[in-house]
Amino acid sequence: MVNTTQKAEIDKIYKILETIPDPEIPVINVLELGIVRDVDFADGQYVITITPTYSGCPAMEMIEVNIKAGLQENGIDNFTVKTTLTPAWTTDWITDEAKVKLKEYGIAPPVEKTSDTSWILNEEKTVPCPQCDSTNTKLLSQFGSTACKALYKCNDCLEPFDYFKCH
Amino acid sequence: MKNKIAKYLIQLGDNCLILGQRLGELCGHGPALEIDIALTNISLDLLGQTRAYFQYAAEMSDDFDNEDQIAFLRKSSDYRNCHLTELPNTDFAHTIIRQFLFDQYHQLLLTDLMNSNDEKLKAIATKSIKEVNYHLRFSKDWVIRLGDGTETSKVKMQEALNTVWRYTEELLRPSELDIEMEGLGIGTNPDQLKEEYFEKVKSVLQFATLEIPENKFFGKGGKEGVHTEHFGYILSDLQYMQRTYPNQQW
Ligand SMILES: [Zn+2]
Repeated sequence: MVNTTQKAEIDKIYKILETIPDPEIPVINVLELGIVRDVDFADGQYVITITPTYSGCPAMEMIEVNIKAGLQENGIDNFTVKTTLTPAWTTDWITDEAKVKLKEYGIAPPVEKTSDTSWILNEEKTVPCPQCDSTNTKLLSQFGSTACKALYKCNDCLEPFDYFKCH
Repeated sequence: MKNKIAKYLIQLGDNCLILGQRLGELCGHGPALEIDIALTNISLDLLGQTRAYFQYAAEMSDDFDNEDQIAFLRKSSDYRNCHLTELPNTDFAHTIIRQFLFDQYHQLLLTDLMNSNDEKLKAIATKSIKEVNYHLRFSKDWVIRLGDGTETSKVKMQEALNTVWRYTEELLRPSELDIEMEGLGIGTNPDQLKEEYFEKVKSVLQFATLEIPENKFFGKGGKEGVHTEHFGYILSDLQYMQRTYPNQQW
């Protein structure tokens, strides 16, 4: 059980985490992206549990370093950052607010829930263009500039754009 | 027992490591920008999965203290990857046929490992399969597109298939360790995936209008540490930095 002092400290940690952006997509923070799974107090220290987006995501180490630096700058030293693989990260955890921010930043947010597996059957999803909202778009490549993105093109405004793919 | 599990994790990780290394060679050399990015993304996923296996293996192993020792400081005969993963990239036809034949196996394997009674292995499989589903979709699309494509692309794909096909059986051939781990509810005996594997693979190849080769001879030995002539060259690339500057860190 956490006592009131610890509870207040945990709230403070969450506030700090809100200020730590994803290194690749600076408009959303590590909480909105669903990378931080838990903040708790155990065995005399605060435990921040994070989970990787993709197995090989090179941003994960950066994120861990940034979390540590952020906490230390705010006078919190008594903590450890733990990585877990379960439950596996999913785009379903990206908050609605974060999806709006992604779109404003020029990245089309995931259009479906991971429970929808029709894509396995090669069904193409309509991904609206984040610039002009046209649904007349085309998949250029299932793999984009980072592990979490696919590359699309808008046939109306002719801009290519990143799609945060469902995962 | 813990050391045995470590060996099993290393066997699983080696396929990802070596294929990841092969695909990494294509960074900046892909036939088109989008394909270059896709292949290196797949490479990155595979290397990430390798790290998950090797980090866990290092916890369990009597022989290794960390993931880098496992990845970079073993000798050729200590690697347990199947021959298919060490085949050269040759051209895009060979690269994508190799990828498809591996991805289908990989997906079936991970689907089974998601039921492992080892919680950590189960977590790695559950994480990895989401990535591998995308790999399979990509490689399958290209096999169909090029197999059922132009006259030239079809010839190239058929040639590649004829070359790589003989390495498929090894993926499904159980090592002693596979059988032991399956018995403990930890791992998978790949022989049990064989029927479904060939059924799925053949249906895609037929859809791609490619002919299924009729091989009588299939390669083997990777899981026992006997590798093809290509392997030494991979290791010299892979291990160069750690051998030259031992224990160096990024
Ligand atoms: Zn547009």
